[in-house]
Amino acid sequence: MRPVNAVITKIVDETPAIRTFYFDTSFEPIPGQFVMVWIRGVDELPMALSYENAITVQKVGPATSALFELQECDSVGIRGPFGNGFDIKKGHILLVAGGVGAAPLAPLAEKAGASGLKITTLLGAKTKDELLFRERFEAVGDVRVATDDGSDGTHGYVTQLLDDAKKYSQLYCCGPEIMMKMVLDKVTPSKVQFSLHRYIKCGIGICGACCVDGLRVCRDGPVFSGDVLKKSEFGVYRRNECGERVRV
Amino acid sequence: MLSLTLTGLKLKNPLMLAAGIMGTTGGSLKRIAENGAGAVVTKSIGLEPKGGHSNPSMVEVDCGYLNAMGLPNPSYKNFQGEIDLAKEAGIPVIASIFGGCSLDFSEIAGALRADAFELNVSCPHAHGFGAEIGTDPELVEDITRSVKKATQVPVWVKLTPNVTNIKDIGLAAQRGGADAVVAINTVRGMAIDVESGYPILGNKFGGLSGRAIKPVAIKCVYDLYEALDIPVIGVGGISDYRDVIEFMMAGAQAVEIGSAVGNNINIFNDISSCMESFLEEKEWTLEDIHGMVHRV
Repeated sequence: MRPVNAVITKIVDETPAIRTFYFDTSFEPIPGQFVMVWIRGVDELPMALSYENAITVQKVGPATSALFELQECDSVGIRGPFGNGFDIKKGHILLVAGGVGAAPLAPLAEKAGASGLKITTLLGAKTKDELLFRERFEAVGDVRVATDDGSDGTHGYVTQLLDDAKKYSQLYCCGPEIMMKMVLDKVTPSKVQFSLHRYIKCGIGICGACCVDGLRVCRDGPVFSGDVLKKSEFGVYRRNECGERVRV
Repeated sequence: MLSLTLTGLKLKNPLMLAAGIMGTTGGSLKRIAENGAGAVVTKSIGLEPKGGHSNPSMVEVDCGYLNAMGLPNPSYKNFQGEIDLAKEAGIPVIASIFGGCSLDFSEIAGALRADAFELNVSCPHAHGFGAEIGTDPELVEDITRSVKKATQVPVWVKLTPNVTNIKDIGLAAQRGGADAVVAINTVRGMAIDVESGYPILGNKFGGLSGRAIKPVAIKCVYDLYEALDIPVIGVGGISDYRDVIEFMMAGAQAVEIGSAVGNNINIFNDISSCMESFLEEKEWTLEDIHGMVHRV
């Protein structure tokens, strides 16, 4: 597909560094799917859908800074939704979110909540101000919080809250790769689904730039079961834009 | 029934992964190998690490795909490990390489260990590389000759269709000592976003692949088969077994498959089994169909 023109209808500051951009188009995604967002004349980036018609973005580099310059009524080009999305299992599920990693997990929480599942969320961020979508998770279940600086909840990483993983039927995790690797090492791999971030070029499973070993993050993922990732370079290496290995 | 010897390499079937597709990591090449490919060709590798053009670098258009990746690669100095990992799957691994002059090409070919080299003198959208070289017969001959001196393994030359007469470039490669030519690379193209007037690709223009270019590729293979003594490898728009048969009838001894891998990662297994049934039913061998159109 060519990029679809999507007009920004509303911009919400979620935290000092994270902003949600609502569009005039619903992409009817499965929670966990992503879109390629083309900031014309600048770059095109993979972004998780945080609502059916919105992306939630952390300002991290030149392209996201250019996106933050845009106002309501400006437009971007969007391809997608792409990728597989989360597989929602029955029972009592646990969501583990770090920073902007809460973006794909919030719509998952709402969908699971609507179908009556019991949901617990472990929500982590650097500081209290950077906790993302706390109310959305609280609306559907229990939330336990951790902050790196201790300004809210447990002082430390969100993975410290992960003490009784056995009692959950399925875990869903998104956040910094080091944090996800800590989760992978701590729980039964087949019981956890991770949403991965990689340098994505084509978005449609052809070029191979986003491969984690042989797995295409854009097409086979971005959601992978822990047992698939356990024997891969996930958590050890990522690839830069040249395809060179870079330590995570 | 599908096995063949191509420029001295033994292949279990004539279906190879094209350059630029799933070819950056050893793991992805290995996955394609395990999914039934006869051989795999790596991403084009150059002298220095290169990040490529800004995104969008590949988009689907009405009749295929338009891309301008911009030769992103980790440099040959960081790539041997990926080739070695791909080799674990037990099929030939061909290194696609690019450079700005014959010295670049021979430096890379002299340093990398692969089962063959495919010279990318045909990328349509990288300034100073690719088709800017591959449209000049003298340069193509010179580069081919210098790579032949630098390596013992077979050397294939991948040709651009963006020339007046592809036979002239094929003949130049043959004079330079090429063991085979590969035709075609993508066809120069462009797409514009009508909502904004911006070119869609970050590089403004790029190369068209996929179904739309198959007839262009078939004609190029047909012409090259008539003009050359060395094998022709066909590539461009293959998505099922009939496409492969068509390429072989035009004169291709083997083929490469690229864009279609995106929608069917198992395409090599699928096509091999369909090809076997087809040939069995027709009571034809690969030799029978190779260049058939030139004999009927």
